[in-house]
Amino acid sequence: MGSIIVSTLIRTLIAGTPLLLGTLGEIVTERSGVLNLGVEGMMAIGAMTAFTVTLTTGSPWFGLLAAFLAGALAGGIHAFVSITLKANQVVSGLALTMLGLGVSGLFGRPFIGRPLPSKLSTLPIPGLADIPVLGRILFSQDPLFYLAVILGILLWILLARTRWGIEIRSVGENPAAAEVQGVNVARIRYLCVLLGGALAGMAGAHLSLVYSKSWTEGLTGGRGWIVIALTIFALWNPLRAFLGAFLFGCIFVLQYLLQPIGVPPNFLAMMPYLATLAVLLAGGLRKDHRRLLAPAKLGEAYTKGER
Amino acid sequence: MSISMRLVPRHQTSTGRQLAVLLFSLLAGFVAVGVVFAVKGVNPLFALWKILAGSFGSFYGISETITKAIPLILIGSGLTLAFRAKFWNIGAESQLLMGAICATWIGLNLGTRLPGWMVIPLMFLVGFLGGAVWGALPALFKVRFGVNEVISTLMLNYVAAEFLNLLIVGPWKGATQQGFPYTDDLPAAATLAVIPGTRIHYLTLLIALACAVILFVLVHSTTFGYELRVVGENPEAARYAGIDFFRTTVILMVISGGVAGLAGVGETAGIHHHLTYPGVISAGYGFTGIIVAWLAKLNPLASIVSALFFAGILVGGDAIQISLGLPAATVHVFNGVLLFFLIMGDTFVNKRLVVIRGRRS
Amino acid sequence: MRTVEGAVLHFAVRSREVRRFAARPRGVRSGRLLATIMNRRGIATSTVVRYSQNIMPKIDLLEMIDISKSFHTIRANQRVNLRIGSGEILGLLGENGAGKTTLMNILYGLIAPDSGEIRINGQPVGIQSPRDAIGLGIGMVHQHFMLIENHTVAENIALGLSDAPFLSPSRHVARRLSEFGERFGLKINPQERIWQLSAGEQQRVEIVKALVKGADLLILDEPTSVLTPQETEQLFVILRRMSAEGHSVIFISHKLEEILSICHRVMVLRKGEVAGKAETKDVDKRELARMMVGREIIFRIERPALKRGELVLEVRELVVPGDRQQVAVRGVGFQVFGNEIFGIAGVSGNGQRELVEAITGLRRASEGEVLLGGQDITNATARVVASRGISHVPEERIRFGIVPNLFVYENAVLKQHRQRLFSRVLFLNFGSIRKYASAIIERFNVSVPTIDTPVKNLSGGNIQKLILGREISGQPVLLVAAHPTYGLDVGATEYIRRQLLEKRGEGLAVLLVSEDLEEIFELCDRIAVMYEGRFMGIVSTAQATMENIGLMMAGSMPEIAGGGADPIPADAGRGLE
Repeated sequence: MGSIIVSTLIRTLIAGTPLLLGTLGEIVTERSGVLNLGVEGMMAIGAMTAFTVTLTTGSPWFGLLAAFLAGALAGGIHAFVSITLKANQVVSGLALTMLGLGVSGLFGRPFIGRPLPSKLSTLPIPGLADIPVLGRILFSQDPLFYLAVILGILLWILLARTRWGIEIRSVGENPAAAEVQGVNVARIRYLCVLLGGALAGMAGAHLSLVYSKSWTEGLTGGRGWIVIALTIFALWNPLRAFLGAFLFGCIFVLQYLLQPIGVPPNFLAMMPYLATLAVLLAGGLRKDHRRLLAPAKLGEAYTKGER
Repeated sequence: MSISMRLVPRHQTSTGRQLAVLLFSLLAGFVAVGVVFAVKGVNPLFALWKILAGSFGSFYGISETITKAIPLILIGSGLTLAFRAKFWNIGAESQLLMGAICATWIGLNLGTRLPGWMVIPLMFLVGFLGGAVWGALPALFKVRFGVNEVISTLMLNYVAAEFLNLLIVGPWKGATQQGFPYTDDLPAAATLAVIPGTRIHYLTLLIALACAVILFVLVHSTTFGYELRVVGENPEAARYAGIDFFRTTVILMVISGGVAGLAGVGETAGIHHHLTYPGVISAGYGFTGIIVAWLAKLNPLASIVSALFFAGILVGGDAIQISLGLPAATVHVFNGVLLFFLIMGDTFVNKRLVVIRGRRS
Repeated sequence: MRTVEGAVLHFAVRSREVRRFAARPRGVRSGRLLATIMNRRGIATSTVVRYSQNIMPKIDLLEMIDISKSFHTIRANQRVNLRIGSGEILGLLGENGAGKTTLMNILYGLIAPDSGEIRINGQPVGIQSPRDAIGLGIGMVHQHFMLIENHTVAENIALGLSDAPFLSPSRHVARRLSEFGERFGLKINPQERIWQLSAGEQQRVEIVKALVKGADLLILDEPTSVLTPQETEQLFVILRRMSAEGHSVIFISHKLEEILSICHRVMVLRKGEVAGKAETKDVDKRELARMMVGREIIFRIERPALKRGELVLEVRELVVPGDRQQVAVRGVGFQVFGNEIFGIAGVSGNGQRELVEAITGLRRASEGEVLLGGQDITNATARVVASRGISHVPEERIRFGIVPNLFVYENAVLKQHRQRLFSRVLFLNFGSIRKYASAIIERFNVSVPTIDTPVKNLSGGNIQKLILGREISGQPVLLVAAHPTYGLDVGATEYIRRQLLEKRGEGLAVLLVSEDLEEIFELCDRIAVMYEGRFMGIVSTAQATMENIGLMMAGSMPEIAGGGADPIPADAGRGLE
């Protein structure tokens, strides 16, 4: 029984890592005032890129880097359309999702089902990994997990306690006021969207390199949309993102746990999505409180000089 | 002296300009897709030729295009309604599925027990209701709980798809289907007639065209349509004007979802004649419908033309899948690229590029 | 350049001591030490004082020379020349649309001029963005505060402050704040969130923000529009102290009294051109007004005394919650009669908006009653309220009153669209809608190309006339008008005010909410002053003075001859003289 719990926890952290990475990226993006619904597409591109580059170069690290860049590029498209052209951000994000799913399916076709020779092995932290129980769960994970955790903490510090953080948050709350203080609104938004894309790309890379170690169409399985919901659940706070990501990682893992005891698999497959709905509905019960925490100008295009 | 470019709002936009920008956007989109093809090692012009030939170059092609346009007209026009009110209904896929499921239930259980003439109309009615209820849920969530409709409709997409999966391998598994994940075939009374030699289930086609017209009239000439437009353009003025946000949102989603449900009935009773995997029944119509609506500039009548256009791409896409061995995801690429160019074009309709020469003062 | 290094470099003092000092690590240097060193070199004390407090005298003289700017066909500024020296307070006077804000936006780098140049201390400078302006020592406090509501004071000031450290800038700012607090008498709590502050306090944050960034010249755009008379005096005290320290101030206003009170010199703009310049000690209100408008202006519209009509609106002990769990209206009661304009004066933010929303059905009242013609309409929906005859000209006309992307004729029936005349069963009756729209356009002098024009193409004044026309044409029994002339030019303002008086004469009851005391006195028969959710008093205009009203706006009860403010005379129905 104990070993089941331990292995469940380990797998929860693995399953939650891509969700955490994606959510952190989307939090940064949305805090700067841009709504990016293209996370599913960016994740797919990251997953496919990481897989194909790893296969062809033999190094998962190149794969990761490629996924990072590919995700940023995809995010860049949305950034250009939303920030410079000031087009409808909702539709642009949807278009990015379609494009990302399409491009990754198109270019990933030859790689479907091929095995991954060079894996991203787990990186036990010397010393800490030897702690009984906890050592196996927390400190013998893959590098992306550690990266996600460190990134989460760094981003929290960045947003809450640094000058850049104030600038990012101000741009999301009141870009006109920020501009009047000499802040370059467009540049900050671009950077945040690009970072969000890069992190979504890395989340996808985790899916294809660590979680499932393969590539198929539909690998992302709606996780991009869950990331968007988790951003709201986390109240745009990187620390809370930890809670949400690993909670949902747990739900994904539970699917496999509960199957042997006869719960219909299709119902289990529904669980992450129902859980997302439930979480959002519950959040809506304390409506006022929640609304006050969303960046005030989220999703609105800003024209320089508009007051 | 520095030169910079700015986007400056235009004062007047003529329909002529709008149309020109639209066509140009599509053209640019095709060029971009061509580039993608070229990168993939496919001759873009050849691919384009194959697509056109596949969808409009033969009797079979045209009939297939019309067949695929039927659900797109329904969903597209329904979405123009929702998008006008800025309610981002991404759930047309599942609203279609719910319509299909409800209609199938009627067909399988009552199809032989009711007088023949009753079955089809009942199926359409129930299909409409199924889609309507499934569409009303996200409306309720938004108004009562403030849940973002993009996410709620998407989540419901997945929920409905899994529900259908559950049905076809479980309680509704067809005894006559030799282990395939299908329901039983619908009885004859529950199937739609087609134009001989094609797969066009003309009753649904007529319903689709009628819906497009009705929705057009609804948006432009009724009080409800007026209130809907006010809600979409300026929700705070809508509140000031005493417009009931809750009622407006729920009604519009009932219509948008119901119309998608009708598409589901059409697909099931007219094409497949049984239920199977969600991906087969809804075939991405819910998402393609979004672009159909956007291309139609949220005009329900224009969505007829727009639907035919995208149906052509779908059919052509099938054709090059077979002849060039490209995966199904190719259509997504098309859709995504075209949508991007459409929204980029939108920008230039309302603004123009101005070159400003900076000076040092 | 505001740092110690800057001071040293600028001074180019060839002193080994100073050079050695400058070589120390940043944290070890201190302004006071440098001051001591420089003093010993014989440098004047006042200069040392400024350096020791990290401020450089940047702007001795600022000149804007032949500035011109056009927007499409509108000539916003035409060859405007402006000079201001250190320690001066220059008033910039003109009506709405005269070009004052445009000129200052050019100075602050938000807009580029078509021609002309700006010189500081004789040297031409280029200002391409607010960043440049801030770097040169120019700061601006806008009319509508540019503050981040959800952030703290410290975070707002830290925004864009290059001096602030990368980590925990808020704490650094908090320390600087106490310095400034003492020098200029500005007391602010750095941890408070902006939405918790009053308008006066928010303005002080804006001023400190500019000063902390090293502003030598401060531009204030209509600073007193949100202040009570007492807060205005406090602001003037601060400005005088700044001027004594050598800062210069450009004070944009349309209020003649204030310009005469605080400014040394004044420049009047009219239709983009300089219409006059003067020392304030040499001119009076009449002359300034003449320069501003170009003709002798009559300060008051005639308001005929009228016999009061029937009781139309009665509000009893109304309690209305605000947006953030606070109580915005704390038990307000009053009556409005036909043939009368009842004014609610007071600085915005004291509950007026919530009161209006409660009466018009846009907000729930938690206690109390609203009666229209004797019938209870408390907490009825906006639609019901409108159908019973209450019309509403909303506070922010573009945000609430119209749908910018729809056409003029569609906006003409925004609230009335469900009326029988305009819709039958499901369908809209376009014929009668268009006729109605045309009638409004004509009767209310709304200048539009056609009724098929998108309403966003109209000017502010025409939009307001359209809204007013729409609301009045329905023959309401009560008109609620919130800040109806805010931001409008003189012509539109006068027109709207005349319309209100005309309708009053025809029997309409009007509830007017306004921050403009001039307007209140001009139009209203009785005045209620709202402060922190309560009516401080209800007085008849004949008995009220600006001073009493001002006191009530700030929360104090004045002495009124003849006893306290009695809202309703014992014999209601007798005419009010």
